[in-house]
Amino acid sequence: MLQASERPNIYCETLGPDQFGIIEKPLTLAEQIYNKVWLRKVMILVVLALAWEIYGRWLDNPLLVPPFSAAVRALVTDVANGIIPTRALSSIEVLLVGFAIGTVLAGLLTVFAISSKIGTDFLDTMTAMFNPLPAIALLPLALIWFGLGNGSLIFVLVHSVTWAVSLNMLAGFRGVSTTARMVGRNYNLRGLRFVCLILIPAAFPSILAGLKIGWAFAWRTLIAAELVFGVSSGQGGLGWYIFESKNQLDIPEVFAGLLTIILIGLAVENGVFRLIEARTVQRWGMQT
Amino acid sequence: MTGGPALASKTTPETARIKPALSAPRGRAVPDSEAGRPLLDVRGVTMRYKTQAHLITATYRVSFSVLQGDRFVVVGPSGCGKSTLLKAVGGYLTPTEGEITLKGKPVTSPGPDRMMVFQEFDQLLPWKTVLENVTFPLKTTGALRGKAATDRAMQYLEKVKLADFAHSYPHMLSGGMKQRVAIARGMAMEPDILLMDEPFAALDALTRSRMQDELLSLWDETRFTVLFVTHSIPEAIKLGNRILLLSPHPGQVKAEINSVPRGEENSNEAAALGREIHEMLFADQIKKAPNASGE
Repeated sequence: MLQASERPNIYCETLGPDQFGIIEKPLTLAEQIYNKVWLRKVMILVVLALAWEIYGRWLDNPLLVPPFSAAVRALVTDVANGIIPTRALSSIEVLLVGFAIGTVLAGLLTVFAISSKIGTDFLDTMTAMFNPLPAIALLPLALIWFGLGNGSLIFVLVHSVTWAVSLNMLAGFRGVSTTARMVGRNYNLRGLRFVCLILIPAAFPSILAGLKIGWAFAWRTLIAAELVFGVSSGQGGLGWYIFESKNQLDIPEVFAGLLTIILIGLAVENGVFRLIEARTVQRWGMQT
Repeated sequence: MTGGPALASKTTPETARIKPALSAPRGRAVPDSEAGRPLLDVRGVTMRYKTQAHLITATYRVSFSVLQGDRFVVVGPSGCGKSTLLKAVGGYLTPTEGEITLKGKPVTSPGPDRMMVFQEFDQLLPWKTVLENVTFPLKTTGALRGKAATDRAMQYLEKVKLADFAHSYPHMLSGGMKQRVAIARGMAMEPDILLMDEPFAALDALTRSRMQDELLSLWDETRFTVLFVTHSIPEAIKLGNRILLLSPHPGQVKAEINSVPRGEENSNEAAALGREIHEMLFADQIKKAPNASGE
């Protein structure tokens, strides 16, 4: 048996940084290509489109499922002759107004909620009641109150956006760490300055998530509302376009309408929200 | 059980004040103009707070005063209410009894004249770069603006050797670097007193020791007043020139003593002082456990 005292002290020389072989080497081209997120996503889309095309041709019934190419052709035609752009624009216009009002309202409600106990209770109760209530269920009432027009649409949009966004904002504000709050108070920040300079940036990941959810809710509500009561003040949106095309059995056009909604959704998600994320929460290390 | 802690005072604030210095005389000469009046005066402060089921007394009639240029360390085991006390000095909590005055004015709310350095790494605002974090309080409190604020911030970032990281975001820094930014931020405001709540407690031992050295050399440069809370006796001896000992549950003053002179934290005197402090802090617990063979 070796005794503990018999072990000698050992001293080693370490190598300098220039004496190693490979410290880092670039990945192969295939690996680099596979590492691109957007490329992988495009690949998924291509596979899905191919499956659709093959199924459509095999089924050979354009009234049920027209092939992908027919839908794309309808889309291109109606984009070229300006029908889809006008319809989309009219939808987006209403959507933006509703989304903006809903977000501002949610912001006010949340600030009210964090500044007083009664405000918290109010927002808690309101979100508990109204968040599960589908906006479409309010449409009949909205039609009576605001008539057949954009007013009703905006009303249901605001309803669908406000509760979802304020729920997330409140959760975000509540999650701001005590230390961050104490830091803000240390700087003599109070009231609205405290909210704007400390709470909103600190809660920004939640706020952004809320805005995303609100945006998706708004889209769904708008298209559904347009499908239900269709044309407003002489000019319908995308929902109405889909409804109209279905009535005339232009099924490729129905798909073209759906594709347009998807494309706009993708553009907003990847263009607007992803950009905001990259510029803010990701740069700040609040989201990986 | 050998004799009780003869050195420890009874825990009334008055007797604690009268206690003569235990080892070295008070280290540093105080400027004449400030000599008569303490910078920070804590008088008989009792802190109570409510939890769901209990009313807890965190500290009971604690008194001490901090002079200009002091490195005043509050040391005590966990549960002695030292962080609560520091938060009261910071203005976040209001004492149930007693009074805290800074330069003769009672402390009522948090303010930039008492900059806090917290233990937690998330005290830096993650949406601001290192430089912005330091300039932010300068700008929001209106102390400085524009280029002047940036210059001041850079000056203190250089002092903590982080000028190269001015444009990094906090999440890119190590724990020790984050605490250095927090210290630079506190010092850049040039507050009346810097309040430090166990700022090095979450650091590894090597980083911690280096940070202590850096803090001392910063103090040599600028002679700021600091109130430092820790549960580490060696840290208290190394950093402080004056040490306040609190007993646990609730925190009461056990003693207020001078530390060893600067740079002698490894001497025999320092070791003796450490043992003395340790004995005072844990004397009660030894008394309570009759089986323990008191040293």
